[in-house]
Amino acid sequence: MELRDFQNRNINPGYIFFEGETKPTNGWESFKRVFKRSIKGELFVGLWIVFREMIRFDIHTVQYPAEKLEMSPRYRAIHKLLRLFESGSERCIGCGLCEKICISKCIRMDTHVDEKSRKVVSEYTINFGRCIFCGYCAEVCPELAIVHGNEYENASEQRAHFGLKEDMLTPLDEFKAKKQQEFPGFGALSDHANETVKQTPLAY
Amino acid sequence: MNETALIIETIVKAVIVVAVVAGMAGFATFIERKVLAFMQRRLGPMHVGPYGLLQLAADGIKLFTKEDIIPQHVVRPIFMIAPVIAAVTAFVAMAAIPFFPEFTLFGYTVHPIVSDINVALLYVMGVSSVGVYAPLLAGMSSANKWSLLGAGRAVVQMLSFEVVSGLSVLAPIMMIGSLSLIDINDYQSDGVMSWLIWKQPLAFLLFAMAGFMETNRSPFDTIEFEAEVVSGYATEYSGMRWGLFFIGEYANMITISVLVSIIFMGGYNSLWFIPGALMMLLKVSFWIFLFLWVRAAWPHIRPDQLMWVCWKVLMPLAVVNILITGLVLV
Repeated sequence: MELRDFQNRNINPGYIFFEGETKPTNGWESFKRVFKRSIKGELFVGLWIVFREMIRFDIHTVQYPAEKLEMSPRYRAIHKLLRLFESGSERCIGCGLCEKICISKCIRMDTHVDEKSRKVVSEYTINFGRCIFCGYCAEVCPELAIVHGNEYENASEQRAHFGLKEDMLTPLDEFKAKKQQEFPGFGALSDHANETVKQTPLAY
Repeated sequence: MNETALIIETIVKAVIVVAVVAGMAGFATFIERKVLAFMQRRLGPMHVGPYGLLQLAADGIKLFTKEDIIPQHVVRPIFMIAPVIAAVTAFVAMAAIPFFPEFTLFGYTVHPIVSDINVALLYVMGVSSVGVYAPLLAGMSSANKWSLLGAGRAVVQMLSFEVVSGLSVLAPIMMIGSLSLIDINDYQSDGVMSWLIWKQPLAFLLFAMAGFMETNRSPFDTIEFEAEVVSGYATEYSGMRWGLFFIGEYANMITISVLVSIIFMGGYNSLWFIPGALMMLLKVSFWIFLFLWVRAAWPHIRPDQLMWVCWKVLMPLAVVNILITGLVLV
């Protein structure tokens, strides 16, 4: 493809041009058109369709506070910080990739090295006034520690709610009650991941 | 003594008609919202009362308690009187309409008609035509261009449909030879086949179309069509003044439904095992439903199309219909 190909505005091949209705030229033809339009019965098709829908009574309304839609696992709502299933400690290793990749720069984390010389995350906040819920943080996270939840009801009295570490991290009592679900959505491994991934040879 | 009794009876009847029809008009708004919702796969009002039945009361309370705003540059007296014209003409037109067959209550024969005058049809159509002053005055006094456009359209529509409705109903009158709605009703008392809809199908169609135009219902709702003229003549109105327009519109719908039922569909004559009063209710309900049904299904037409169809198609058809009826009668 050269520039000339792109500049070619000739759209003839593949296009069917519609010139519009043929306009009536004399009185008899316009009378015939009026007659045809009046008799055609399209109006009654319309009547029948709305009546059919009324009889079928296939109502699509969700009466929201009483009924709620089940969100898809890939739905990207307020974030969650997950814990390791084995030990219950935080999954986040403080690598800072999510902070780095965040395109609206709304993730802020502080880390320090504790007395066992392990890196721990002391502060982790997301500014939800700026978050665009793109899902990059969940996608980039190597530990599947920060994920998107399904909680879309996030009206609050304070701007900072939902965005602090203690809001997002699975509470320990909830974790002990085995209520933490593995995240199947954005950034998670697919069900058949083992078949598609080639194992690293030890010889490397 | 007898005269006093007549006056009291008439007043009672008038109060009953106004009360019942105003209540029915309010209920019709609920039915309209429900039917439109079902046809569009929605539920409609659901939260106030069981299945939203008390939505009616909620709307009423809202209308009554809302501030009655009268904008700065309007012509005050006209602006204030216009909605009253809409409601009053709609109710006054019902004075000459027989709603049900006469019945006996505590040994006293009741004629369910406020005033049995011999030019009932003329009277009803005349009063309904006076009703067009409501949108006209409201629109012209509102100091708002949308209102003015609505008023202009109201006049245009009025000039167009009045001819059609008058001419179309002339043919049945020629056959019956009376303007009294009771005579028209009695003419069709021999079962379904004596209904005038079979003898005058064209007049029936034309009169129904004119009825849709008269009540400003879609597909002829040009004078208050939101997408073009905001709310037409009612743009500047709020609270109960707007509510009066609303009640007037729905009362007009009921009037037209009753008129069509009486003139063309056998009125309140009993049919097979169905008593006359029930027949009347069924027919009126069907027509109200038709108004809503059509609103759900059909797009509306432009004012110029409306004039075109009235003057160039419907009026000649009405005249031809009268001509044929006259020839057959002679």
